[in-house]
Amino acid sequence: MLYIRCPYCEEYRPELEFRHAGEAHIERPSNLAEISADDMEKFLFIRENKRGIIFERWRHIHGCGRYFNCVRDTVTDQIIMTYKSGEPKPSDEEIEKAILALKEEQTS
Amino acid sequence: MANTNQALRKSPLEGRLGGGAGVTITPADPMSRMSLRVKDKDVKTVGKALGLALPTKPKTSVVSSGKDAQVSALWIGPDEWLVLSGVDADLSGALGKIKPVHSAVDISQRNTAVLLEGPKALDLLQAGCPQNLNDDVFPIGACSRTIFGKAEVVIWRTDAQSYHIECWRSFSDYVFKFMVQAAKGL
Ligand SMILES: [Zn+2]
Repeated sequence: MLYIRCPYCEEYRPELEFRHAGEAHIERPSNLAEISADDMEKFLFIRENKRGIIFERWRHIHGCGRYFNCVRDTVTDQIIMTYKSGEPKPSDEEIEKAILALKEEQTS
Repeated sequence: MANTNQALRKSPLEGRLGGGAGVTITPADPMSRMSLRVKDKDVKTVGKALGLALPTKPKTSVVSSGKDAQVSALWIGPDEWLVLSGVDADLSGALGKIKPVHSAVDISQRNTAVLLEGPKALDLLQAGCPQNLNDDVFPIGACSRTIFGKAEVVIWRTDAQSYHIECWRSFSDYVFKFMVQAAKGL
């Protein structure tokens, strides 16, 4: 079972309390009525589904109820970091730092 | 308060008893319960109307000091509390006259509770709950919404070996039977 850190509860909690909620940082166009069908399709359905490091939303549904964002590696299924909704997407540097910190934690 | 018909409050678990060596499983008496949502800036005002300071730290609870109408507030989320009191308490009435916008939903009938007591109470809980409930992270007074088996519950540690488990009325049969079964394996 994964242990996921909820940024609102400020601690690691078992995966069973959470629900996955799709890709993160998808911005809703402010001019929805004007955009083309293709752009609408992209906004609604087209996702990165990348191999490697991805940004996704999770909800602490059986806990505090909040949505938050998460950086996860789809190759190892390791959760690298979590942060509150509305906070900016972490930079490559910040992610690298978090990965290093995790490695150190595991070897110590 | 306007005259309204009062629903008769009966526990869906009335008459049941369970447990084994080291733990008793008892349905709690009916209570008044409220699901409360308040914005950050209004937490103080709303708490005051209930006679306590709403807890703002994750997993903490506060019990009011007044002895005749004791009210407990359990932190559920950053803007959400579960408020518990005696069966005759008028919780929404207490909030009827305050100005701040808030949401107070009476869930006295939606929820029911099971009380666990004894040296094996923690072991029994851990049979169904994946969350770490050990002393260092879940001391007396701690509370958390979580999972017990397949049901969502709120666990509240009321004493060293006592737990108050809130669950939805329709899940209570499942939760109670799960506990009785788990107690056999302790
Ligand atoms: Zn949480």
